[in-house]
Parts: sequence; C-alpha cells; structure tokens
Amino acid sequence: MERRVPGSEQMNWLRAALLAALISSCAVISSAEDRAIPLNQLRSGSEFLSPELRALQADAFANPGMLWVERGAKLWSTPAGSAGQSCASCHQDAAKTMRGVAASYPRVDAKSGFLLNVEARINQCRSERQAVAPFRYESDDLLSLTAYVNSFSKDYKINVVIDGNAETYFEAGRTLYYRRSGQMNLSCAQCHEENWGKNLYAERISQGHPNAYPAYRMEWQSMGSLERRLRACLSGVRAEMLPYGAQEYRNLALFLAWRAQGLPMESPGIRR
Amino acid sequence: MASYRIDGDEVRASLTGAAGDAGRGRSIVLNRSEGACLLCHSLPPSELGAEPFMGNLAPSLAGVGSRMTAGQLRLRMIDSTRINSATIMPAYYRIEGLNQVALAYRGKPVLSAEQIEDVVAYLRQLK
Ligand code: HEC
Ligand code: HEC
Repeated sequence: MERRVPGSEQMNWLRAALLAALISSCAVISSAEDRAIPLNQLRSGSEFLSPELRALQADAFANPGMLWVERGAKLWSTPAGSAGQSCASCHQDAAKTMRGVAASYPRVDAKSGFLLNVEARINQCRSERQAVAPFRYESDDLLSLTAYVNSFSKDYKINVVIDGNAETYFEAGRTLYYRRSGQMNLSCAQCHEENWGKNLYAERISQGHPNAYPAYRMEWQSMGSLERRLRACLSGVRAEMLPYGAQEYRNLALFLAWRAQGLPMESPGIRR
Repeated sequence: MASYRIDGDEVRASLTGAAGDAGRGRSIVLNRSEGACLLCHSLPPSELGAEPFMGNLAPSLAGVGSRMTAGQLRLRMIDSTRINSATIMPAYYRIEGLNQVALAYRGKPVLSAEQIEDVVAYLRQLK
C-alpha cells in the first residue's frame, strides 16, 4: 500500500512503523521456514478425533485419564524412602510449583547434561533425593505422577529449548525422524508430514504431536506414555522396538516437541 | 532370495520361473498381515470381500492390470523405490539397505517370491 503523507515528521513516523512491521514479518517468515509444519497449520491429534472423543477429553469429570491424575495427586504427598520425603516435601503445592513446567520438557538437566523427559525427572528425584528405587516404565505410579505434573501445563503452549546443550539431542532426534526404518521401510515424516489427514485403512493419520501424553487410548483401555505410542508406530513398520527409557525415544520426543512448538498441552488427552 | 534383472521399468521374468495364482494373490492383497495393500490403496467394491476398510494415500488399484504389464507390476512389487526413490510404498521383495528391522522380520522380504508372483497374477486381472 503506497500512501503519500504530507509533512516529514509524519513521513518518518510512517517509515519507522513500516520498517518495524517489515522486520517483524520477516522474523515470522524465517521461523516458519525453520519449522517442519508452519505454526498456522499445526493440528493437534484431538482435531482428528470424533466429536464424542473430543468431548470426552474436554470433560474433566468423564475423562478417564483424570483417574490417573487423581492417583498422582495422592502420590505427590505420599512419603517414600527412609527420610520419609514426598514430592511435596521439596516442591510443596504442585498447583503452584509445577504450573507450565511440563510444556518445556524434554529438557537438559544442567547438572548431569542428560536430556530428561518428565518421567525421567520424576525418577531422578526418586533415586537422588528420596533414595528409593525408580518407578517402572508404564507402571500406574509413574503414569499417574507424570499425568499429575503434566495436568498443570494443560493449555500451556509447548516451548522447548533446542540449542546449546540440547542441540546434539535435537539433531539426533531429527535424524531418526527422517530416517526410514523397519521392514516396511518408512520414516515418521512419510506418515506424519507427507500424509497427515489421509487414511491408513480407516484410521486418519494425524501430524503426530506429543501434546496429549500421557494419554488414555481407547485401543489400550488405559493410560500410556508417549514412548508407548512411539513403540506402536515402530512396530507398525516392523522396526525393532527399543527398550523403554532408550535415549533415542527422548531425542525423538525433543524433536517432536519442537515440531509442535506453540501447540497447547492437552494431557490427559484421549486418543483412539 | 531369487535374483532378477531390471529392464527399463520392468522385471520381465517370473521370480519363480512359474506363473502365479491369482486367487492366492487376491487374499494376500486383502489380508492385513500379508500384503496389507489396503492400508494405502483402494480396490473396486466388487473385489473387497469381507475387508471393509481401505486407505487413501495411494492410487486406486482398479484397472491397474490394463495400465501396466506384468513386468512393470513385478518391479513395483519388488521395490517401488526403483521407480520413485521417495515413495511411501514398501519394498515387498528386498532385504538390503533397511534400518532397524525387527528381529522376527530381519533378513526376510515382506512377501516370498511365490507370493509376489501370486500378487502380480491377481493385479493383472484388475482390468
Ligand atoms: C505407517 C504410518 C506411520 C509411521 C511410519 C509412523 N506413524 Fe506415528 N502414527 C500413525 C498412526 C496411524 C497413528 C495413530 C493416529 C494418529 O494419531 O495419527 C500415529 C500416532 C502417532 C503419535 C500420537 C499422536 C497423537 O496425537 O496421539 C505420535 C506422537 C507419532 N505417531 C509419532 C511417530 C514417530 C516419531 C514415528 C517414527 C518413529 C512415527 N510416528 C511413525 C502412523 C505412523
Ligand atoms: C504404505 C503405503 C502403501 C502400501 C502398504 C502399498 N502401496 Fe502400492 N503404492 C503406494 C503409493 C503411494 C503408490 C504411488 C506411486 C509411488 O508413490 O511410487 C503406489 C503404487 C503402486 C502401484 C502402481 C500403481 C500405479 O497406478 O502407478 C501398484 C501396482 C501397487 N502400488 C501395488 C501395491 C500392492 C499390490 C500392495 C500390497 C502388496 C501395495 N501396493 C502396498 C503406497 C503403498
């Protein structure tokens, strides 16, 4: 839009405003190019559900995932270990201290340099601070505490750090994401980037975002972690499933979180 | 693994030296744990039998037998990446150059040479 404005004062003001608009729109464009899926095209997995399942997820009383959240609330203040410490002994009221926290996971633990997801952080607290055995992966205890912590990030936008000491993990995750694997020789991207919205048999493929997890899947009739879902995708292409807790899953999870950067967290989500 | 020769976009000779059985080919195409072709492709309703679900991320197989020779179909079954390196269609008769294959499937093609020939015979009938 070209407009002549008389008076140099006003002209300068207009120039400055246009310049600022130009710079900020460039910033938007360059970050959109960095992304696998542009921000305005991000679709949560819940958009691929039936209206009934979407309503179930939205209803805190009917959402079956809330059973795990409630159980997590009890565990939060249950002492464990010889020192009799609970999560609450260190972190007090989770509604205050855990608000928005899970939206920045997986993240690098500054002290050890390890990439931790929420499950790993919980188990780190157990072994280092409570001096008790870590929870087993996919145990109701670990799923419940994770769901409880994540519930305080509901509607928070995913916002992970991928540079600095996270960069190597992130790049490893990206490489796995675009690599074909299994006897079916397919990459994650071939389904979730190139073919989302289309059907495999009757199942609609989503963009493959991690924002619902731990999620209650109808197929499992239970709560399950993101790793459990990733194992289902791997087994679908007849690829070797890695053991729970494998570094590869965490690297992938970091890449997935970055792809979903800006998408609101939904845990406890409902999925098919 | 049977060896084969690629001519242009075809593998002209049967992998087994014999013609396949179209009836068996049809059940391989429909079966979810064998060909699982309907994961991605569709078929004309008259071919569907008891399998009600079809994917839609690949072209329909309707009429593929009049569009392609047996040799062209055979190469697409053996290894579709020979035609389109970015294809999502799995290579059904290939064991080299795959990553992280589950132990139960390692060193084995998705379909045997006989099964490939059966599927080719079936696809040729889809006129
Ligand atoms: C052959 C197709 C296919 C491949 C390859 C594949 N997936 Fe999936 N994935 C699916 C289907 C189908 C679902 C279930 C429906 C949905 O949510 O998309 C799914 C679900 C997911 C979900 C859960 C999404 C949600 O909202 O619940 C994530 C995350 C995911 N996949 C990540 C991956 C990753 C990472 C890889 C590679 C290691 C991968 N997928 C490979 C087909 C595939
Ligand atoms: C994961 C998806 C997928 C599966 C499973 C799959 N295909 Fe395909 N197939 C494709 C796509 C996509 C194409 C389109 C060409 C391309 O991308 O190379 C194709 C192309 C073909 C073609 C060439 C058709 C044409 O008109 O060009 C034939 C024939 C074919 N497939 C047969 C089969 C058979 C038979 C099976 C099962 C034994 C099968 N496909 C399984 C995705 C798939």
